[in-house]
Amino acid sequence: MAKSPILGLFKDANAAADAGDALKSSGVSENDIDFLTDAPYPEGAFGEREEKHRLYLFPFIGATLGLSAAILLTSMTQLAYPLVTGGKPILALPAMAVVSYEGTMLGAILFTCLGVIFESRLPKLKSGLYDTRITEGYIGVLASVEDGDLDQTRGILNQAGADDVKTEG
Amino acid sequence: MQEGRVLSAEQVNRDLLRSILETPKWFWPVVGVLGLIVLIAAIIIGYMINRGLGITGLNRPIFWGFFITNFVFWIGISHAGVMLSAILRLAKAEWRRPATRAAEVLTIFSLMTAMIMPIIHTGRPWRILYWAFPYDFARGIWPNVRTPLIWDPSAILTYLTSSTLFVLIALIPDFAVLRDRTTGISHRIYALLAMGWEGNARQWKLQIIAGVLLSALILPVFVSVHSIVSWDFGMAVAAKSWHSTVFAPYFVVGAVHSGVSAVAFVLILLRWMYGWQDYIRHEHIDGLGRLLVVVATGWFYFFVMEVIFGIYGREADEIAVRSLQFIQEPFQAWTIIFIVTTYFIPVALWLTRRARRNLWIMSAACISVNIGMWLERYLIIVPGLANRTGFTFSWNSYVPSVYEAIIVGATFAFVSMLLLLFSRVFPLVPLYDIKEGDILKNESVKIGRRVVPATFRED
Repeated sequence: MAKSPILGLFKDANAAADAGDALKSSGVSENDIDFLTDAPYPEGAFGEREEKHRLYLFPFIGATLGLSAAILLTSMTQLAYPLVTGGKPILALPAMAVVSYEGTMLGAILFTCLGVIFESRLPKLKSGLYDTRITEGYIGVLASVEDGDLDQTRGILNQAGADDVKTEG
Repeated sequence: MQEGRVLSAEQVNRDLLRSILETPKWFWPVVGVLGLIVLIAAIIIGYMINRGLGITGLNRPIFWGFFITNFVFWIGISHAGVMLSAILRLAKAEWRRPATRAAEVLTIFSLMTAMIMPIIHTGRPWRILYWAFPYDFARGIWPNVRTPLIWDPSAILTYLTSSTLFVLIALIPDFAVLRDRTTGISHRIYALLAMGWEGNARQWKLQIIAGVLLSALILPVFVSVHSIVSWDFGMAVAAKSWHSTVFAPYFVVGAVHSGVSAVAFVLILLRWMYGWQDYIRHEHIDGLGRLLVVVATGWFYFFVMEVIFGIYGREADEIAVRSLQFIQEPFQAWTIIFIVTTYFIPVALWLTRRARRNLWIMSAACISVNIGMWLERYLIIVPGLANRTGFTFSWNSYVPSVYEAIIVGATFAFVSMLLLLFSRVFPLVPLYDIKEGDILKNESVKIGRRVVPATFRED
């Protein structure tokens, strides 16, 4: 049977957390429940699942690419016009260090930002069930349940103290 | 550091989006006046490009004057933003919340303004393209990576790109708030910028980690930028008084001093203009005042060391420059004004809690610091180049032309105008950061006879 989203809106964080617990007790998988808020709550405030991510890899990849690009740029520019200055080697490492450093940091920061967007699953092209009251302080408990269980889920959310419960359509 | 009242999310939206959803009566007239000043400066720049740098006061041996002074000044201002935001974020300082974005945005606009200065200073701005950027494949002319004049654009562009991305990533949740509060074309633009943000636990977790991670990555870039600006001077063989080994940290700390003062002043202005008394509170300005006492004293230490090392070596060139700075007119008078306005007046004021919590006194102290720090850069550059030793035929002084003065003055109008325009389309105080603070402040614990906010942050 196809699954449909259902969204309960709560004013109180404790009620939202209770609704999450009640949904899990009724058999809704932890992976099918999400909590939508307008500000970051302490991790685990709603008893939500732990989110795994690989954001920490991105700066390392970016730094490696940035450093490689900077070394290529600085060495090739010096080799392209090999002018000996003061008897120093053509590929003068101290002179290359600054541009290489900046290239490394730029790569790391660029890739971190890309990583944040990618790992946050953005951009989200198809908008899901949502309510603008969430950015006014309401907490949205979003569950994905089988079509036949929508009424039961609505009951659970109402019982937990939802101000409003929405479904698609 | 937990003053103020807990506000509802609705009220936070209403208050902090007021600058975007409503236009105050004064807004367009003020932007218009600032725009006019910028336009006049743009016309003068056009005239200068047409007639050449001869219309400025620059002449042998002083080839760096008002423009380069102003360049270093704005680079300095730009250092406040990321330093303040990143260090306070890493230190989990609760009072950072209203200050971070204004500081970061000030960084971006200051950097953009700073970059204009050396570009127009070249006299033929379009030529910068082929000496700073590796694009000219056909002629085989490449940038000389051995010169600090190439290190400088590479550092500044890295810093500008990083700061812009830092601001944009933190703006995504606020774009979603704006998406939900607007209609028509504005709604479509904010929806596009929000990229479908819905505020689930995963997105918030990554947003918090991004703030910390990017702060940690940008801090070394921030230190490198002003170090490299100091090497523009330090690596110049001809100017003898610029070779002190403390130049890099001296420049970095000086930049932080002027930059944090500028952020404090901007916050006071924003509080006054948009009525953000509940967000930018006395405790925040007080906190910045206390931070500035430490920064100013650190800067003063480097300043004294730089002068003492210069004199102690008793090299003729150094003595000649110090003589110009401290004994001979007109620089002697400027030096006295610079030291008094940069250190003694503001620090004396910041030492008392009453002065730190008086916004008029804080504004005056912050402006005083920036007048002094502008003079500091002028007094490093001009007497340094006017080095009166060797052949007397090259002795010359520098009197800035009116054109230079107008362009320099207009840079302040330019940054103010950009800040105002930014505040018209994006929130200058991060909504989600304020709301997070209020959520954490909502919970309190009783310790003895006091009830204190149980602020807690887990990464």
